[in-house]
Amino acid sequence: MTTFLGMPAGGGNLTGEPFPKAAREALGNAQLRRNLAKATSTIRAKRANVVGELPDWAQLRAAGAAIKDEVLADLDEHLVRFEEALTSRGTRVHWARDAEEANRIVCDLVRATGTREVIKVKSMATVEIGVNEALAGIGVHAVETDLAELIVQLGDDRSSHILVPAIHRNRAEIREVFRRGMPGVDPGLTDDPRALAEAARKHLRQKFMTVDVAISGANFAVAETGSLVVVESEGNGRMCLTLPRTLISVVGIEKLVPSWRDLEVFLQLLPRSSTGERMNPYTSVWTGPTEGQTSHVVLVDNGRTATLADPDGRAALRCIRCSACLNSCPVYERTGGHAYGSTYPGPIGAVLSPQLTGVDRNPTLPFASSLCGVCYDVCPVAIDIPSMLVHLRERVVSAKRTTPESTAMRALAWAMSDARRWRRLLGLGRFGRVASRHVPLPGWSTARDLPEPPKETFRDWWGSR
Amino acid sequence: MRVALFVTCLVDGLFPDVGKATVRLLERLGHEVVVPSAQTCCGQMHINTGYAGQAMPVIRNHVEAFEGADVIVAPSGSCAGSVRHQHADVARAHGDATLAEAAAGTAERTYELSEFLVDVLGVTDVGAYFPHRVTYHPTCHSLRVLDVRDRPLRLLRAVEGIDLVELPSAETCCGFGGTFALKNADTSTAMLGDKMSAVLSTKAGVVTAGDSSCLMHIGGGLSRLRSGVRPLHLAQILEQTR
Repeated sequence: MTTFLGMPAGGGNLTGEPFPKAAREALGNAQLRRNLAKATSTIRAKRANVVGELPDWAQLRAAGAAIKDEVLADLDEHLVRFEEALTSRGTRVHWARDAEEANRIVCDLVRATGTREVIKVKSMATVEIGVNEALAGIGVHAVETDLAELIVQLGDDRSSHILVPAIHRNRAEIREVFRRGMPGVDPGLTDDPRALAEAARKHLRQKFMTVDVAISGANFAVAETGSLVVVESEGNGRMCLTLPRTLISVVGIEKLVPSWRDLEVFLQLLPRSSTGERMNPYTSVWTGPTEGQTSHVVLVDNGRTATLADPDGRAALRCIRCSACLNSCPVYERTGGHAYGSTYPGPIGAVLSPQLTGVDRNPTLPFASSLCGVCYDVCPVAIDIPSMLVHLRERVVSAKRTTPESTAMRALAWAMSDARRWRRLLGLGRFGRVASRHVPLPGWSTARDLPEPPKETFRDWWGSR
Repeated sequence: MRVALFVTCLVDGLFPDVGKATVRLLERLGHEVVVPSAQTCCGQMHINTGYAGQAMPVIRNHVEAFEGADVIVAPSGSCAGSVRHQHADVARAHGDATLAEAAAGTAERTYELSEFLVDVLGVTDVGAYFPHRVTYHPTCHSLRVLDVRDRPLRLLRAVEGIDLVELPSAETCCGFGGTFALKNADTSTAMLGDKMSAVLSTKAGVVTAGDSSCLMHIGGGLSRLRSGVRPLHLAQILEQTR
């Protein structure tokens, strides 16, 4: 990859413990695994059902990919157009190279309002940069208004999923989270979903009516008109977008679509891939501030330009955060999102996070996949995640000096480049396997027996035939 | 037809019976089998583990070994998939356009066994007899990289005496994934556990697939459980006669 001076690497919540170690902890949690298996299999079936009923899904998917690629190819021009459109309608535009700069901008804007509390629309970009933590640093409390985000926040937990951040929690756990973390909650609260939703509703309603500053992200940003789009299920986002006097929207620079016409494609692709619905209940679009409102847009790079610079990896920026790849991934289903250590878990996280931060800061994620390919099959914008993983693995390997693995691979490649050498190695290998019946192979022998070593290779049999 | 067998490194060294079964099956169907002796491995393990540069001479060796062959058949969806969808790209990415072109030629002539039988030879009934309860695991690379769809099942359904039972969640990965099984051993084992439960729930005595690698993983787990379920490659079932 060519990285130019001044091209920022992504910071914020994009790194964690090495995947195999974090996964081991998650795999030991039986409750977590039951919750994940139940939730992902339910949503998988819903998605398959609503995707299957569209006869032109393949064309829609191709159109989604093509629009995103078009945006990415001329991102600089689209961004300038977007900025002009926003400015002309009275929104102030701010540019942030990385998480730190974005947080500084948001904190300054919030500080200027004098508020001690802000309400938030569910937004991956703000989780990515860690705006809640930054605001806490200046004494401002950010209230998450998406139900699942609220559960995560009150539980002092981290999100485990793009769409359903609290996917790893069941309702009994949620009741405990509310009892402990929600001020003034009824101590007799039951784990009935209706009761839980009502408790959250009362808690949030009070915030909507009293807090005057909101922070949102955007699912899409329309370059031609300077419009921002938020797609949601609960309507809480719309309360945040319309009630407060100051609205600050944190938007990744890859969220652009050229025109209103292009939205049509994504408003079909996203809900079907995401929640398995034909249409999501609330789609909010706003173009500039309403009367009496101040609106700001913070455009965030945080590693996106560096990702764009890599022709083999840039398609990851097509991602519309639907989470279909998470729900389909057999690795995600067993480990959950925390094992990926980043705001972006699952297959897309395994290709996006290392690109945003640079592979040196996320060297285990490209290997957190069996390359089964189901993520590519379900991706609504046709991101070839398996090929991208392989490409990123190559970058991880070439960034390292000699390791025992690279030495072994080199020796094996040397033997495999010539049939005589290979034949000799197979001969030695048979002795090796006889020995290995008594000496376990780490990783393999914990759960699997090795096959009985054959008496002769195929090659020997063929030669003696 | 003269068929060049790409036996694959794993079958050559660890599962020669799969290679023998493929040879016997193709010969029984009246075809001549040749085994180019210069062949070794397709280099997929290197490519998928991040060592594509080191795989270059392995790819070159493979392409040269099969240069004169009209049709190349492999008893592996994964290796056929690598030849078909990775070789030319890797060669191009590593600056060897000549090799890329040659590799694209090899790719066009390479078939996974079930594809070859159904698409090229046009047979689904290969005259096999196998009176056992069998369940079929579609391996990820044959399913999604090669898109073999129901070809293996059509071949199995035509086997006389077979009691073919559907595997629950058949299209879910078994957790092998090449070096994934070593680098992420715990996750791989968790995936294997669910695959084994699915296999055991069918009460089949035999689990079959088109890839020896996945079968080595599933079979290795079933053996550790002392389950008595036998892993057999598709070719080993199709080879059997009355």
